[in-house]
Amino acid sequence: MQLIECPWCGPRDEIEFRYGGQAGIAYPKDPAALSDEEWAGYVFMRDNPRGWFHERWFHVHGCRTWFSVRRHTVTHEIGRDPGSPRREEFG
Amino acid sequence: MRRDSGGRIDRSRVLRFTFDGRELTGHPGDTLASALLACGVRIVGGSVDLGRPRGVFTAGAEEPNALVRVGDEPMVPATTVELRDGLEAWSLRGRGRLGPALPPGGARPVPGAPSGAAGRPGTDRSPGAAGRPGAGAPPGEPRHDKAYLHCDVLVVGGGPAGLAAALAAGEVGARVVLLDDQPEPGGDLLSSRVLLDGGPAPDWVSSVAARLAALPEVRVLSRTTAIGYHDHNYVVAVERRGGCRLWHFRAGRVVLATGAHERSVAFPGNDRPGVMLASAARTYANRYGVLPGRRAVVFTCTDSGHEAARDLAAAGVEIVEIVDPRRDGSLVVGTLADREGALAGAVIGGAAGERAAACDLLAVSGGWNPAVQLFSQSQGRLRFDETLQAFVPHLSAQAERSAGACRGVYGTAAAVADGFAAGSQAAELAGVREREVFRVPECDEPAQSPPAALWTVPARRPSPDRPAGAAGTAPAAPDPSDSTAEAAHGPGAGGDAEAFVDLQRDVTVADLGRAAGAGLRSVEHVKRYTTAGTGAEQGKTSGATAVGVVAALLGVEPGQVGTTTFRPPYTPVAFGVLAGRDRGALSDPIRVTAMHDLHVARGAVFEDVGQWKRPRYFPLDGESMAEAVERERRAARTGVAAIDASTLGKIEVVGRDAGEFLDRMYPNTLSTLPVGSCRYSVMCGADGMVLDDGVITRLAEDRYLVTTTTGNAAAVLDRLEEWRQTEWPDLDVSFTSVTDHWAVVAVVGPRARPVAEALVTDVDFADFPFMTCRESRFGRVFRISFSGELAYEINVPRWFGAALWEAALERGAVPYGTETMHVLRAEKGFAIVGQETDGTVTPQDLGMSWIVSARKPDFVGRRSHSRPDTARPGRKRLVGLVPDDPREVLTEGAQLVASPGGRRMLGHVTSAYPGVALAMIRDVRAGDRLFAFDARRGCEVPVTVTDPVFHDPQNARRDGDPPDVRLEPVRGYGARSALAGFGGRFAAAGSCGAMIREVPLVPMREARGEAPVEERGRKGLRLGPDWWLVVGGRLVAGGPPGVDVSGQRAVVRLSGPRAGDVLMTGCRIDLHPAVFTVGAHTRTLLARVPVVLHRIEPDAYLILVCSSLAGYLAEWLLDALEGL
Repeated sequence: MQLIECPWCGPRDEIEFRYGGQAGIAYPKDPAALSDEEWAGYVFMRDNPRGWFHERWFHVHGCRTWFSVRRHTVTHEIGRDPGSPRREEFG
Repeated sequence: MRRDSGGRIDRSRVLRFTFDGRELTGHPGDTLASALLACGVRIVGGSVDLGRPRGVFTAGAEEPNALVRVGDEPMVPATTVELRDGLEAWSLRGRGRLGPALPPGGARPVPGAPSGAAGRPGTDRSPGAAGRPGAGAPPGEPRHDKAYLHCDVLVVGGGPAGLAAALAAGEVGARVVLLDDQPEPGGDLLSSRVLLDGGPAPDWVSSVAARLAALPEVRVLSRTTAIGYHDHNYVVAVERRGGCRLWHFRAGRVVLATGAHERSVAFPGNDRPGVMLASAARTYANRYGVLPGRRAVVFTCTDSGHEAARDLAAAGVEIVEIVDPRRDGSLVVGTLADREGALAGAVIGGAAGERAAACDLLAVSGGWNPAVQLFSQSQGRLRFDETLQAFVPHLSAQAERSAGACRGVYGTAAAVADGFAAGSQAAELAGVREREVFRVPECDEPAQSPPAALWTVPARRPSPDRPAGAAGTAPAAPDPSDSTAEAAHGPGAGGDAEAFVDLQRDVTVADLGRAAGAGLRSVEHVKRYTTAGTGAEQGKTSGATAVGVVAALLGVEPGQVGTTTFRPPYTPVAFGVLAGRDRGALSDPIRVTAMHDLHVARGAVFEDVGQWKRPRYFPLDGESMAEAVERERRAARTGVAAIDASTLGKIEVVGRDAGEFLDRMYPNTLSTLPVGSCRYSVMCGADGMVLDDGVITRLAEDRYLVTTTTGNAAAVLDRLEEWRQTEWPDLDVSFTSVTDHWAVVAVVGPRARPVAEALVTDVDFADFPFMTCRESRFGRVFRISFSGELAYEINVPRWFGAALWEAALERGAVPYGTETMHVLRAEKGFAIVGQETDGTVTPQDLGMSWIVSARKPDFVGRRSHSRPDTARPGRKRLVGLVPDDPREVLTEGAQLVASPGGRRMLGHVTSAYPGVALAMIRDVRAGDRLFAFDARRGCEVPVTVTDPVFHDPQNARRDGDPPDVRLEPVRGYGARSALAGFGGRFAAAGSCGAMIREVPLVPMREARGEAPVEERGRKGLRLGPDWWLVVGGRLVAGGPPGVDVSGQRAVVRLSGPRAGDVLMTGCRIDLHPAVFTVGAHTRTLLARVPVVLHRIEPDAYLILVCSSLAGYLAEWLLDALEGL
C-alpha cells in the first residue's frame, strides 16, 4: 500500500487513488494533421521505464484532483513533481 | 517435568487440556509446548515426509516440529499457543489433505462407513488416536476485524532493544506503537537470569512497561505479530484478542527489534525428540519452570549455549557434557534413540574418537540468525557478517532502523543501548525533538566471544561392525535399556541423510548435496528443488543453515550464496483473519435505490449491476422468469409499465463552456441543443471505440444533465474530470454527480401518459414532444424511451422516490425489471455498452454514423475513426438475427458461421432473447442465412440476418395511445430518509460507548470555485480545491448557483467515547485529534465506500455517504458496534 502525496489532501493510501498512466502526453492540437503513425503513437505508445517515471494519479476518493508525481518503478519511491498536472504538448 | 518453583507461571491455578485425547494439566502462563514438556510429552508429531517422531524444538513462532491442530486452527505451533482451560489439541501426521477440517491422525467418522475406512491415506496413526471421540466439529467462528493506525514511531519487538526504543521515543512525546508477539513484553529477558541494576531482568521489564503505560501517546500491543512490512512504512500485524485483529500501521519511522533466532547444527539424528535449541531449553527452565530433560548434553558453538547450560544446571538438570568445537574441536556426530525414536544419548566425536553419552536432552546452539525477515521484506539489503557468522541488515530501503539482536548487536546492555539510540533517533527524525535522560541498566552478563563457523558436521564413515542404516547407534552403548531400540527410519538412512537442515520439510544435508550435484547454484533454485525453507516456518530455523551448507558444497562463502527472498507473512495467517469483517453481507459494498425495500417486499428477483442491486423481474405467485418477463413485456408494449431507473449515472455539467466541453468529448454537437431538449450520444475513447452512452439534456444555457450507463457512471465522471483538469483547464465547466440525488421511475407503454399526468401534475403533457425535458415542482420529466414505446422518465429527489414508485404502481403501472428492459431494447435494436460492445466497436460499427457530426472539426476519438483499421470495410457490424424456431433462445457469445461445420467465424451473438438476437458480424446482409454454433448443446442453429430493429421500425408507437382516462392526481410525495428503517436498530445499539443516528433529510448543495462558500452563516465544507458542499440551511428555488444534491448523501452521526475505535476499523486516514481536529473534514474511504468525514466534536463525527450506500454503511457500523 503506497503512500501518495495528494497536493490538496496530503499523504493518503494508494487505495484512494486511480492511476492515470504516463504524464506529459498532451492531446495533439490538430489530430487531423497527424499521420496514422503519429496518431497511433499518441493513442497507444507509452514509456515503460525501469526507474524514475513521470506519471499521473487521480485522487478519486478524495478531492478529485488530477496531479502528477515522479515515482521509481523499482523502489516505489515517490518524489514531488514540480510540474503541473496539465499535460504537456505532444511532440 | 515441572520445577517446584520459578518461572512466570501461576502454579496456584490448574488448567486442564487434552492432547490427542489424553487429559493433561498445566498452569496460566504456559504455552501448550511448555505444558506438554511439563507433562513429559516428548513426541508431539511425525515429520511430514519421513514420518519421523518429532518433539518441541524451539520456544517461539519459529517452531518447525511441534505443529498441532487446536480447535478450528488446522496447524499452529504449540510454542505459540497460550494454554487455556479446556483446550483440545491434536498432533499432525503426514501431509494432511485439502478439505474440511479433520481431526489430525484420524478422521471425522463417516456415518455408515466401515470403521477405519475414513482414515487418512498415507498417514500413520498415533496410539492415542484410536477411540477418539468425533472431534472436529467447527465451533462458532471467531470474530476477526481490521484496524488502521498512524504513528510517529513503530517499534516491532518488545525485548530489551524494543522496550528501550519505545521508551526513548515515547518519553519525548512521539506517538509510538510497540508490537510484541508474547502475552507480556520482555522478550528474551523473560527467559533470562541476568541481573539488571542488581535486580532480576523481569523487574526492569516491569518498570519500563509501567513507564510506557503512563505515556498517553504510546500504545503497547501484546500478542501481536508483525507479519508484513510493505511500501512506505506500511506494516501489517495480527493481534490475537479472542478473534484476531489485522492491524495496518503507517509509521513515520520503524524500529525493528525483532531479536534473533537460534539455529541448530546439521548432524545426524539432530531431529529426535529431546534435541532442542539451547535457548529454548533455557526458556522452558527459566520462564516456564519446566525441565525439558533430566540429563543434558549441550552442544554449542556460542557463548549463549554455555549460559543455557548454567541455567539448566541451576534449574536441576544434570549437565552430562558441554561440547564446544571452539574449545577442542569436539562435535556431536550422532544421536541415540529409545524405542519410540526419542533421544536417548548423544554420540560425541573428537580427537580421541567417538563415545556415547546417555542423555534425554541435547541442547544445541549452532549460532544466531538475526530475525531479518521484516527488514528484508522492506527491501533492505543484507550482508553476511563473518564474525557473527550471520546475515545482518546492511542498507535500509525505508525510514527504518534495526536495533539489538536483529542487527547482530547481542548482549542485554548493548541491546538496550542500541534500542534507546534507535528510538531517540526515530523520534527525532519523525519530528519530535526533546531529550530525556535514560540510563542503560548495568548488567552482569559476561562479554561474548564469537561463535564457531559450523553448519554441519563432517559425514562419518559407517564402521564395518555396524549395520548400514543404523547411523546414530552408539559404537558402545552405555545403557542398553535406553539405546538398543534404535529405530531405523528409512532404508539406508544415516550420515548426511539423517542430518536435518529443515526439520519441517525433512530436508537433509544429503538433499542439499543432491541439489548441488544436480548443478543448482542459486539458493533460490536449491530451495525450490529441495523445498528447504518452504514450510510454515519459512526457514526461520533452517534458512541460514541451508545457505551455510550450500556455500560449503560450492566452496564459497555464505555471503556469496545470499539468502532466499523473505516474503510476507512472517507467520502464517488464516484467510478468515485477512477477510476480517468483510464477509457475508459486508463482503462488498451494496448500493440500493430509494425503492429497494418496496422491491424486496414485492418479491423482486435481483441482479447485481456493479455494486447495485437491481430488480431483474417481479414474479407473481408461481411464475417462472420467462413467464414474468413475458407478462412485464406485454404490459410495456400494450398497456403501461414502470421500471426503477434510478441507478443510471447522472452528471450535472455546469459552466459557461459546458457546451463547448461536451462538443469536444462527444461525437455529436451539444452546444446547439436547445434548452429543454435531449439528445442521445455515445462517448468514445481516444482510440475511437465506444466507452459509454446516454442521453444529454440541456437544462439551461450553462447547464446540462448527462446520463451514463449504470456500471460506467464513476468512470465517465472521472473521465470528464480528467480531460477538464489535464487538457482544458481554461474551460469554465464543472461536474457534479447527482446519481443518488434523483430517484427515477420510467413510466412506459402506450397508456403511459395518464399515469405520468397523475404523477406530475404541473406539466402540460399535451405539449411535451419526444426528446424533451420538463421541469416540475416535483422534479423533472424526460420524454425519452429505451423501449420504443411512449415513455416518461420521472425524476424526483431521492427522498420522494419510494412514494413516487408506489404512486405509479397504484395507478396501474406494472413493475418490470432489467430482464424485460433488455428484451424491450433488443427488440428495438438498441445496443448496450458492454453487451454489444467490447472496447473494439466504433459508433459506425453500431450503425450510428449519424451520431458523428460532420461539421465539428474534432472530438475525442474522431481521428481514430479514419485510422486504416477502423475505416476499413469488412468490420463487424451490429445486425439482428432471427432463429428459424421463434421459441429459440440463441446462446450469447455463440460464434456465427456461414454453413454447418464452417470454420470461418463471421461474428458472434451479443444478446439473445426468445426469437430475436443481436450480433456483431462482418460481411453479411439482411436475409443471409447463417448458423450459430451452440457449444453448450453442441449443435448449429440456423438463423437469418435482419435489420437490428425488430420492433416498430417506423417509430409509429413512440407517441402511445391518446389518453382516454384521467387518473387520480398525486397531491404530493412524502419524504423518506435513506436510513429511515434503521432507527430502532441504531437506538438499540447505543450502549457500548458509541452511538449512531441518522440526521435525516438534510438539504445540501454543491458549489464550485476557489472562494469560500457561505450560505446563511453556514460555511461550506471544502472537499477539493474548488469543490464545496453546503450542508443544512434551507434551499430556496432560484437560490445561489450550484447544484442541489440534497438527496445525494445521507448523514450519519457517530458519537461517543468509542466513536474513534469504530472509525479506526474501517478508515485509513490519521484520526489523531491533533491531526484530524474538531471542525476538520475530508473525503476519504470508510468501510471501502467514499464518505465525507467531518469531526464536529472531539468524540462526534458526521459521516456523509452516498444515499445508495447508506444502508450498507449502516450495517457496517452496527456490526462494528457489536464488536466493541
